Amino acid sequence: MWALLIRDLRLATRAGGGFGLSLAFFLIVAVLVPFGVGPKAATLALIAPGILWVGALLSCLLSLDRIFALDREDGSLDLLATSPIPLEGVVGIKALAHWLTTGLPLAAFTPVLGVLLNLPAAGFGPLVLSLLIGTPALSMIGAFGAALTVGLKRGGLLLSLLVLPLYVPSLIFGAEAARRGAEGQEILTPLLMQAGISLGTIALLPFAAAAAIRVNLR
Amino acid sequence: MSLWEYANPKKFMALSARVLPWVTGLAATTLLVGLVWGFFFTPDDFRQGSTVKIIYVHVPSAMMAINVWVMMLVASLIWLVRRHHVSALAAKAAAPIGMVMTLIALITGAVWGQPMWGTWWAWDPRLTSFLILFLFYLGYIALWQAIEDPDTAADLTSVLCLVGSVFALLSRYAVLFWNQGLHQGASLSLDREEHVADVFAWPLWVSMAGFGLLFLALVLLRTRTEIRARRLRALEARERMQ
Amino acid sequence: MTAEPLLSVAGVTVGRGGIAFLGQVSFDLRPGEALVLRGPNGVGKTTLLRTIAGLQPPMAGRIVMAEDGAAYAGHADGIKATLTVRENLLFWARIHGRSDVAPALAAMDLEALADRPAQNLSAGQKRRLGLARLLVTGRRLWLLDEPTVSLDTRSVGLFAQLARAHLRSGGAAVMATHIDLGLDEARILDVSQYRASAMAMPATDGFDEAFA
Repeated sequence: MWALLIRDLRLATRAGGGFGLSLAFFLIVAVLVPFGVGPKAATLALIAPGILWVGALLSCLLSLDRIFALDREDGSLDLLATSPIPLEGVVGIKALAHWLTTGLPLAAFTPVLGVLLNLPAAGFGPLVLSLLIGTPALSMIGAFGAALTVGLKRGGLLLSLLVLPLYVPSLIFGAEAARRGAEGQEILTPLLMQAGISLGTIALLPFAAAAAIRVNLR
Repeated sequence: MSLWEYANPKKFMALSARVLPWVTGLAATTLLVGLVWGFFFTPDDFRQGSTVKIIYVHVPSAMMAINVWVMMLVASLIWLVRRHHVSALAAKAAAPIGMVMTLIALITGAVWGQPMWGTWWAWDPRLTSFLILFLFYLGYIALWQAIEDPDTAADLTSVLCLVGSVFALLSRYAVLFWNQGLHQGASLSLDREEHVADVFAWPLWVSMAGFGLLFLALVLLRTRTEIRARRLRALEARERMQ
Repeated sequence: MTAEPLLSVAGVTVGRGGIAFLGQVSFDLRPGEALVLRGPNGVGKTTLLRTIAGLQPPMAGRIVMAEDGAAYAGHADGIKATLTVRENLLFWARIHGRSDVAPALAAMDLEALADRPAQNLSAGQKRRLGLARLLVTGRRLWLLDEPTVSLDTRSVGLFAQLARAHLRSGGAAVMATHIDLGLDEARILDVSQYRASAMAMPATDGFDEAFA
């Protein structure tokens, strides 16, 4: 199992692995927003938590189709499916690798963008915390979407269409926690809800995703 | 004789051919009675005036939007567990109907909301939930369209329907948490039975039954079409083999 | 010939998209035996191999194999271009709970290439890497789909040696190939005799059946 995780991390960080691409995308989204809504500090401070959450979510989406499609193309997925590792484990590890290479760096990078968008000082902690808790769910749901569309030639667009509605609960609780944090209110409730969603998806979706991969391989 | 007999395409075709004209007729009559009764033979609401009459379309379509998804969920489960093709095809046939119902509910809601709340759209929990439901229908239909092999498509869309149902419910509660909304205001909410006076309630019941029957007629018709298309595929494949 | 079969295929029908390609395929494979599948392109050899590998369910019949399963090598080798040859092999070895890749590198004459990124390999070298992978899985049953594609004569010889050694050590292999590897112990099975014709086969698609 660890071998798979290490390989996926290595592949993501080597040339052409796409690591850093989602971070760059996140940066660009955050830079474009003030051009769209105007440079007023008060306005930006108001929308910063939400914008950063949506931006992180979209950046996460960017690399989803790589999760299984590349392994499918070069035959690795067939070989993994016949290996001693259960496919559910493969899905879980791949989602974890995706999170380590996108969700985690995104969460770590967010404070910089928070400064750009004039996020109130009180909001930094809750925002990063909510991203840390919420992005694992994004990776896991994304892996499920990628598993559904792995058999398709150009599944990228469809993948977004399938995955984005599933992101709604995570986004709501995550952005809510970040917003409340920025306004100095208690954030425990949305964070707990979000943690519940993350844990639930991690517990259940590998089974659905593995079932989808089995269907797609046959 | 068990109910599963009708999961056999041949039996289903025979039964649906016999039932379909009756269901269609009944649906047309009930809809006509319900809508005409609702539109022309109920008094105007003392506060909302004649705009209230849109509920005879709005509420039944909203109800069906949810019921159709539930029906798809049940059909998907039956396909996954018992592998009855009719079930998978019925779910496929129902999805566009459900999507149109959702769209009708959203549009009539907007038309009603404009004079009542002074806005076409508000990010009210109920409205938002329906918009999300619409997106789920969209994704489900898109997945069906994208996959060539019918059994693969049936399997994957069924899994999506299952997972989607859980997330649709989650979204519903997340949205409530997110915004308390206009829709629940007692004077505006006619959704809950206790707020509807009998004069409005009876035609509403009839309309709801009419929408249900309309759905039944459409889904039978569309499932028959899907079965024929599937049969055609099988025949063509057989011909290629020779 | 008293050993338990490594693989037992009984009355198996395989197909795709509800259409049967091959029907009533039956054979047993004991340790030390090899079975070469022959037949024209598109007859269903790949589908049969994938079905045995467990990548798709058989439409009918039963497949029984040894506990640890089979090592499958299809058209694609499962090689990551940015990893070196050694890293690629090591990965598959670890997945199968092993860590020694030196014998596999030696067997397919890949030692000189071991630290080269796989993207710089030629098609034949990639194939050799793909075949070396079979060794690191440590599995006794090999399922090979056109294993000699894009190999030169010398590499084909290497592979024949590898296969022979595998059989001698109690392994078994099912392979679809058109080349004669000179494996004396190999039986040849022409799968076109099992070809499912629409007339002779009972409809295997449950859907079709219901209309019959």
